[in-house]
Amino acid sequence: MPQAEQPAAIRVRDLVVGFGRQVVIDHLSLDVRKGEILGLVGASGGGKSVLMRTIIGLIPRRSGTIEVLGRPVGGVRDRRTQNIAGQWGILFQQGALFSSLTVRQNVQFPLRENLVLSEELMDEIAIAKLEMVGLAPGDADKFPSELSGGMIKRVALARALALDPQIVFLDEPTSGLDPIAAGDFDALIATLQKTLGLTVFMVTHDLASLNTVCDRVAALADGKIVAIGPMRELLQSEHPWVRAYFHGKRSQMLQPQAS
Amino acid sequence: MASEPLLTATSAGELLELRPRGSWTASRVTTLESLAAAAAPAIDRANTVKLDLADLGELDTVGAWLLEKLFRRAVSAGHRVDVTGVAANYAGLIEEVRQVNRQSRPPPAAQNPVVVRLGEIGRSASGATEDVAAFLQMLGSLFVAMLGVLRRPRSLRITSAVYQLYRVGWQAIPIIVLIMFLIGAIIAQQGFFHFRRFGAESYTVDMVGILVLRELGVLIVAIMVAGRSGSAYTAELGSMKMREEIDALSTMGLDPIEVLILPRVVALICALPILTFIGVMAALYGGGLVAQFYGGMSPAIYIARLHDAISVAHFEVGIIKAPFMALVIGIVACSEGLRVKGSAESLGRQTTTSVVKSIFLVIVLDGLFAVFFASIGM
Repeated sequence: MPQAEQPAAIRVRDLVVGFGRQVVIDHLSLDVRKGEILGLVGASGGGKSVLMRTIIGLIPRRSGTIEVLGRPVGGVRDRRTQNIAGQWGILFQQGALFSSLTVRQNVQFPLRENLVLSEELMDEIAIAKLEMVGLAPGDADKFPSELSGGMIKRVALARALALDPQIVFLDEPTSGLDPIAAGDFDALIATLQKTLGLTVFMVTHDLASLNTVCDRVAALADGKIVAIGPMRELLQSEHPWVRAYFHGKRSQMLQPQAS
Repeated sequence: MASEPLLTATSAGELLELRPRGSWTASRVTTLESLAAAAAPAIDRANTVKLDLADLGELDTVGAWLLEKLFRRAVSAGHRVDVTGVAANYAGLIEEVRQVNRQSRPPPAAQNPVVVRLGEIGRSASGATEDVAAFLQMLGSLFVAMLGVLRRPRSLRITSAVYQLYRVGWQAIPIIVLIMFLIGAIIAQQGFFHFRRFGAESYTVDMVGILVLRELGVLIVAIMVAGRSGSAYTAELGSMKMREEIDALSTMGLDPIEVLILPRVVALICALPILTFIGVMAALYGGGLVAQFYGGMSPAIYIARLHDAISVAHFEVGIIKAPFMALVIGIVACSEGLRVKGSAESLGRQTTTSVVKSIFLVIVLDGLFAVFFASIGM
């Protein structure tokens, strides 16, 4: 299929978001193609999470349009957004697991609310999802407070994937994980993206995941997307912030291994 | 693109050919489950099963798992199974699903309901002793922290204590005044209404004065404070516990009792007598208004009657109880706050427990004081 006909999974046009007098997102436009992994980078406090939360409808926007899978998105309590909600899964930065439910119940929650299926099948699907994200079935009856940070991220990913969504939003999925676990998580996302045909919108600071799993990387600076494209194009970008980001001291440290 | 899922089974002798069609996706799981269940008996009967996935429209984890279940059923029955026509884009998913749910979960152990019930009773009994232990422990730690403050007076967190005093004292005044005003007015109204029948209206003033000063004033103010400030203390400390803030304090070499709990309890102990005094005044004022407009008693007579009826001893009986009640509320609220575990549910449960327990203990304490004051003739 030619690129032009491929509808964008997420289409953001002229988006403005602000709090009080401060404008965080300033006339931003962005397309996320179907089936790609898009990494979003930006300064801490630069509005990456705000952009993600606006797309999923948690933060009201001042102007602009957002379309997800060809349908306009309103606020979270908007009926139109609720219809799309089955098509996306969200991994929050802290996991946002329901603390009074077990791991299994957390994964089953979207299934239980949206579908009619037998208890047995629901158990099997929940365990299957947990195993797919690399957890043991024995962890299914633990409570979120008994899990480590990496396990919480995995459970949160399993819950985000519970309904087999078409789009997954990941907010810093590898932050707080050790390099091995982060690498596993990247590989997991890449595998799931290939097997399930997911579109992944990933906010991250992890240069290694940007390098290995992202099809395209978008750089957010001053409330706008200043550069977007495959990693090697971004490395050649002339924008001062993008240069500082990818050619700073920390990224230099990665160069010998990365190249 | 999305079409109704189907599962056609063509059986030729010992050979069963299964051809799933359409969308085998999560949104159609109800249909899929019945399709898979309907195909199960045919699989058991056949000898060789052929699973042809060539006509499959869409597939996701749920659909793949149901197909995998059919596959496993045939394999475990000892049949020969061929899977053909796997589309390239689904091969990875099918391979992934093949790996999962391999371990059978141990069935939940059967439990005797009588034993379970007895276990619950035993646990709640041992929980009650734990409650007492937690209360005493908090009392002891506060005492130790207090001694530390006496030795080094500068270690008292004055700023924090004053801020807490502002919250539990100053900000509570409007609601305390309103409630006590109404309580005083209601008691007076009831007094006039019932005493009027035997011409003893003037004794209403005695009743309002003694009741409010000795018992009701401090009791109702303490209950209000337990509901208002005790619950806030529990929720604050509980969420600090959940977010590891209290652990952070301890690792910095600071004692959470001294930093967080002592200022709160001190503030409560200072605030409750003041609130009780203000509340009692409001109640007497409310009683006076009712006396004037409902009982037809002029303010001058009301004040004169009040002067005869009550003494400083009555006021003392009420106000002496206030700091002790404040201590009980503070200890219960703080120790329940520190018992919060990781979940949001536990925070809610501990807050409820804190309020219920401190109101209960305040009433019990009031009863003990009543016995004490009666025996010393106050």
